[in-house]
Amino acid sequence: MTTTATTTPRPAVAVHARPWWRRALLTREWATVALLAVVYAVALGTVTGFDGPLTITYLVLDITPVLLVAMPMTAIILTGEIDLSVASVVGLSSVTLGVLYQAGLPMAAAALAAALVGVLCGLVNGTLVAYLGLPSLAVTIGTLALFRGLAVGLLGTTAVTTFPESWTDGARATFGDSPLPVVTVVLAVVVVAFAVLLHATPFGRDVFDIGRTREAARFSGVDVRRTLLVLFVLSGLVSALAGVYYTLRYGSARGDNATGLELQVVAAVLLGGVSIFGGRGAVHGVVAGVLLIGVLAAALRLENVTVNLINIVIGALLVLSVVSPRVVAAVARRRRPVSSKAHRPERDRSIERSQR
Amino acid sequence: MSAQAATTPGRTSRTSRTLRGALRRREAAIALVLVLVVVGTALVQPSFLLSGGGWRDLLLTPAILAVLAVGQAMVVFTRNIDLSVGSVLGFTAYVTGSLFVAVPGIPVVAVTLAAVAVGALLGLVNGALVAFARVPSLVITLGTLYVYRGLVLTWAGSDRIDAGEMPRSFLALGTRQVLTVPVLTIVAAVVLAVAAYYMTTSRSGRQLYAIGSDPEAADVAGLPVRRRVLTVFVVSGALAGLAGVMFAARYGSVSSAAGTGLELQVVGAVVVGGVAIFGGSGTVAGAAIGAMLLVTINRALPVVGIPDFWQRAVVGVLILGAIILDRVLAVRRSRRLAETREAESSGAGADDVEHRGSA
Repeated sequence: MTTTATTTPRPAVAVHARPWWRRALLTREWATVALLAVVYAVALGTVTGFDGPLTITYLVLDITPVLLVAMPMTAIILTGEIDLSVASVVGLSSVTLGVLYQAGLPMAAAALAAALVGVLCGLVNGTLVAYLGLPSLAVTIGTLALFRGLAVGLLGTTAVTTFPESWTDGARATFGDSPLPVVTVVLAVVVVAFAVLLHATPFGRDVFDIGRTREAARFSGVDVRRTLLVLFVLSGLVSALAGVYYTLRYGSARGDNATGLELQVVAAVLLGGVSIFGGRGAVHGVVAGVLLIGVLAAALRLENVTVNLINIVIGALLVLSVVSPRVVAAVARRRRPVSSKAHRPERDRSIERSQR
Repeated sequence: MSAQAATTPGRTSRTSRTLRGALRRREAAIALVLVLVVVGTALVQPSFLLSGGGWRDLLLTPAILAVLAVGQAMVVFTRNIDLSVGSVLGFTAYVTGSLFVAVPGIPVVAVTLAAVAVGALLGLVNGALVAFARVPSLVITLGTLYVYRGLVLTWAGSDRIDAGEMPRSFLALGTRQVLTVPVLTIVAAVVLAVAAYYMTTSRSGRQLYAIGSDPEAADVAGLPVRRRVLTVFVVSGALAGLAGVMFAARYGSVSSAAGTGLELQVVGAVVVGGVAIFGGSGTVAGAAIGAMLLVTINRALPVVGIPDFWQRAVVGVLILGAIILDRVLAVRRSRRLAETREAESSGAGADDVEHRGSA
């Protein structure tokens, strides 16, 4: 009951008072896209070797796992939940692939089994969160440990590296002489699929509705539980796909593959303008967020800046991306003339709400 | 009158009620599991508990995680989270080592104070961003996790500070025992005692729970929400700083990667200890016992013959089990509350039944 009392309708009039092109372009997502364009242009101009063909190849190869996993993560964060177990699912599916291939299964069958393991992991998370109503943050910290533990337990400190070359080369291949890796196709398919799913289907509307006000979504007939379960299963499936790619790209299945990837993914998603409270965000922003981190890392690496500084830049960007809208709002509030004092409290609250 | 009836369960004596209340507490359950693990492992291999080394390790190994868990619990009470503790620990552990290298003969107390101060400062940055920019702590501390780690990596590079570069008196603290209790464990126990006393007796401590239960209501009620949130982040940072010193003393060598990935372990320990992840309930003692249980299970597995590769899986199951248990208990509690309320509303009828029964 208290939740319904505090959620007042959004300031619809104020939003629609602006022309449509400003509404479409002056968004958090396009800010990230613009920043990406600026960083890319500056890197092209100042970093020697950045315009080389290998840069794009390695850029795409490096961001692939992050971008893949970022898609379902976007959907989950849009509902106000989170999945911290993704990196462990990547590791577990990688190990599954390795162990089964080593046991004599054909590569395709092993890859399929790895995907199945991902789906199972997603089912575990989804059931606990959606049907038992447990907090996803705590649940997925638990399954993070559980799935990683299974991965490490299955292979110990050994690694499977005897994958067929046709598969490992495929993961790194490019289209003929062009710098674009073949894996770009997979990326494009997954990204477009999630963009359509979230922005152009009833299912996507449900996802946003759940993130805005869960109670209201349920009362208006959204099957919240099923939607959440589907999202967690998708997260497991896509993470397993990323795990298969990860294994093939580095030609090695290890228990500790992709450790710590979850925080990179969450950072990229939030940098792309998705609100951690759910209900706000867009796929193009997330793609820009992932690319921004990738381009920064590639450029800084070419400048012989160590990984450390890249960490600092990513972290600072993340903090800035959430703090700066607050600062702008606070400054705008202070500048507003005294005559509108009567309106003030209401305006303030609406700003705060739209930030969520 | 009827409200009183709801709170006093029955005609049992006061002591047995307190006893039963204590047993029903979440901390008691987790402590019981801890005791079972220790006793069970000791039955398989007596030296796990009964030898001098076994006893020492049992107390010594959880000390660092317990200190971190106490700080984290206070943050989680207020419905926040501090993911940067691992990086803060790495930072302050390196500060500790470098101070010994840079200033030969510097007293241990000065180094400890410096590390705690640095930790508090890093926590202050977190707290200021969370409290004044009103931004979710998960995002802020995820950001500072990267920033702080990046800072220490840049500063330290691939250098590591070895045992030879730190004074022997300092390293001895890592292993020395007083009456068979390791010094680091005493430090952790003192931290826990102070935090528990503060949380249970002080007004500001109780306010942390109120803030976590409903931040908006706490604000409306006039509680200094921002100041309290700022304070818990400073405390969490300072304790992570202290843990950094303990880390340096215990392991004798510090690299820039110290404490990597520790944040999720700490949050796991807090959850196992019965602290609700969305704030408002739990105790620091529970969090510390949770940390002890996680570490002890990790050490017990190889003894019982389970390869230590499976440790993390067991930890995961433990965390999931704890959350599910909390859920079950919460459901039962609310059901019982509903039942009492129903019984109250038909109170006269219930009285009738009782009279007839006695007659």
